[in-house]
Amino acid sequence: MSSAELTSAPAEWKLPSQRKVGMICLITTESALFSIFVVAYLFYLGKNLNGPYPHEVLHFPWWGSAALFGSSATVMFAEKAMHLRKWGHFFFWWAFTMALGAYFIYFTAAEWVHLIYHEDLTVQTNVFGSTFYALVGLHASHVIIGLVLLGIVFIAGLRGKIHPDHFEHVEMVSWYWHFVDAIWVVVLLVVYIIGVQTWS
Amino acid sequence: MSAHGTTTTADQEPYEFPPLERPGEEKGSLTAVIQNLVFTVDHKKLGLMYIGSGLLFFVVAGIMATLIRWQLFFPQHTFLEPDVFNRFFTMHGTAMVFLVGMPILFGFANYLVPIMIGTRDMAFPRLNAFGFWVFLFSGLFLFFSYLGAPGLYDAGSAPDVGWFAYSPLTAKPFSRGHSTDYWTLSILLNGIGSISTAVNILVTIFCLRCKGMTLGKMPLFVWMFIVVAFLVIIAMPPLSAAQIMLTLDRYLDAKFFDTQAGGSAVLWQHFFWIFGHPEVYILIIPGFAIASEIIPVFSRKPIFGYPIMVAATVSIAFISLGVWAHHMFTVGMTSLGNTFFALSTMIIAVPTGIKIFNWIGTMYGGKIRLELPMLFCIAFLFQFLIAGLTGVMLAVVPFDWQLSDSYFVVAHFHYVLIGALLYTFFAGFYYWYPKAFGRMLDVKLGHWHFWLFTIGFHVTFFPQHISGFLGMPRRIFTYEADRGWEIWNQISTIGVIFQVAGVLFFVYNLIYSYFKGKEAGDDPWDAWTLEWATTSPPPEYNFDEIPEVRSRRPLWDKKHPEDPDWKFE
Repeated sequence: MSSAELTSAPAEWKLPSQRKVGMICLITTESALFSIFVVAYLFYLGKNLNGPYPHEVLHFPWWGSAALFGSSATVMFAEKAMHLRKWGHFFFWWAFTMALGAYFIYFTAAEWVHLIYHEDLTVQTNVFGSTFYALVGLHASHVIIGLVLLGIVFIAGLRGKIHPDHFEHVEMVSWYWHFVDAIWVVVLLVVYIIGVQTWS
Repeated sequence: MSAHGTTTTADQEPYEFPPLERPGEEKGSLTAVIQNLVFTVDHKKLGLMYIGSGLLFFVVAGIMATLIRWQLFFPQHTFLEPDVFNRFFTMHGTAMVFLVGMPILFGFANYLVPIMIGTRDMAFPRLNAFGFWVFLFSGLFLFFSYLGAPGLYDAGSAPDVGWFAYSPLTAKPFSRGHSTDYWTLSILLNGIGSISTAVNILVTIFCLRCKGMTLGKMPLFVWMFIVVAFLVIIAMPPLSAAQIMLTLDRYLDAKFFDTQAGGSAVLWQHFFWIFGHPEVYILIIPGFAIASEIIPVFSRKPIFGYPIMVAATVSIAFISLGVWAHHMFTVGMTSLGNTFFALSTMIIAVPTGIKIFNWIGTMYGGKIRLELPMLFCIAFLFQFLIAGLTGVMLAVVPFDWQLSDSYFVVAHFHYVLIGALLYTFFAGFYYWYPKAFGRMLDVKLGHWHFWLFTIGFHVTFFPQHISGFLGMPRRIFTYEADRGWEIWNQISTIGVIFQVAGVLFFVYNLIYSYFKGKEAGDDPWDAWTLEWATTSPPPEYNFDEIPEVRSRRPLWDKKHPEDPDWKFE
């Protein structure tokens, strides 16, 4: 290689986007947080000293899950519409996403009311109750944070504040939303499939 | 929809900032100083604030340690009540890890990383300020427990459950009042601050390097802080999760760690040490980072084996995530568990040994200048070696069964945290103080500091290996005279006098040199990384012009245009 090649400065200097790297870090650290609650849930499976037991009281949350998984698709449509600057479509899909997320929260709340008042399962009842409410509650609280973020974007959009410079901000909110969805896959698997199969 | 996205930035007038005029902003007034500190988002000021508050907590926790040593000077001594003693070792341990080690390392990262990679600030300056203030609040909150924790129940004051707060000591029946809650919530907050700062460091390094600084051309300091920040975002959340569970147990009567309801006290230990062992590397890798900058400069040679150093750091981080249960050999695990964790612990000595060889390789054949930063680094090499050797000894399971929870362990980790970490921090202070304040730290006072502290350190902690062998358990508030522990405890306490004297010289030096120190100039050590390319202290924007680099030693290239590094890398 000639020295002339070496002396010439790199032609292009591109570094990754701060928001994307920041969001990846946030998702990594949140995953580490969730993994401990998941481990606690799995560790305590079958260690209940008294009822109620998971298979007696838990029902597979079809509607809630459908809503949450569906919202991952709608937020994607919204993003696509944003990039095409079809604002009508954007608002429609974004609001749809928020409605699905809100329905998921309503569904979880209804499930909890049922468990608390009809099945007598609280955080104090047994290790199943403690780990269940901690894990599902942690996820639900993330859905609520996601809803707040979605709401902020929605209001900013209504006030005409979504500038092409902000597309990446919106994209990050949808990344977060997808992450919350992905966590739900794990929770479903651990709590409503593996947990229910383990007798006691 | 025309309301959206119609304005473009191109045709906007450049925004003129109005002059800042706030009440009390006359320069030098107390309000102005406080406003300056509270409102700042400058990475250099925040870095110094991190270090300053870390040193403040260091003094408080150090005084606690001194009182602990005085209590242990005589057998059957009644200087400290047993419950006061328990609070002191708990607060000493918690403060030294979370309020001294962590903030000082974040302080170094905050101050140096942006300058070393040639940028103007951290990626998220406001998040940076948030991280600092949350940390400071968590520290004040922890110490407020001395006043606040008795609460309405009039039971307990500061936390007294030990820094790893084993269950069931933390359960309501055994820890009445609010002391454990103060501990839990303070650590939870501290974790939030640490994680936000770690995310900030990662984003800064990945997204803001100056032109030409590829990952392979970053100073090793920056590389090692990538690893530290990564460990923080992976290892802190388990601690936060455990604290959330503990809070649920204490406030909502959950059963996580309640053995009578099927909960598990051992699970707390696992969760704590899944955090706790990587934490040791979170603390010590910054020490490696500082040594990797100082040793080459004072040996007048580039670092030996740069890529291997990076690889060793990354593998230390990776292995450190799988060694946690070596803290739990006495709990009674399966032989498979014991074997796995003993082996993984021993394996981690390999990359660590590689590092030590690389530092020695850097010094070998170099033109060594025995300035103060180098002195501390050389002491670090020796002391860290001793710490590592006792570490490998403790990894041998039957050996650990004998010596777990004895003073041998106390000696081991004080050799790590003082002999290695604190020594590199001191080295870093002597090395970068001229950059931060424009004046050199006084050499004579520095030598007093170094020799007093080194003598004191070894006199204090070396005998603890022996009292550990003789069976003295840690955390006992007193002991009988006929155990043969007396002489070792007395030597140990005498050493503290030298350490305290050394620290006094250091603190005096920090203040004295701020006013009377020799002018440093931009590059007092004839060093090679970018922080020495700007003025001392650096302007708020760090560089007039963002630099461009072609090699790992940009300042060498600048000073030796006839023989630049980039020809050989």
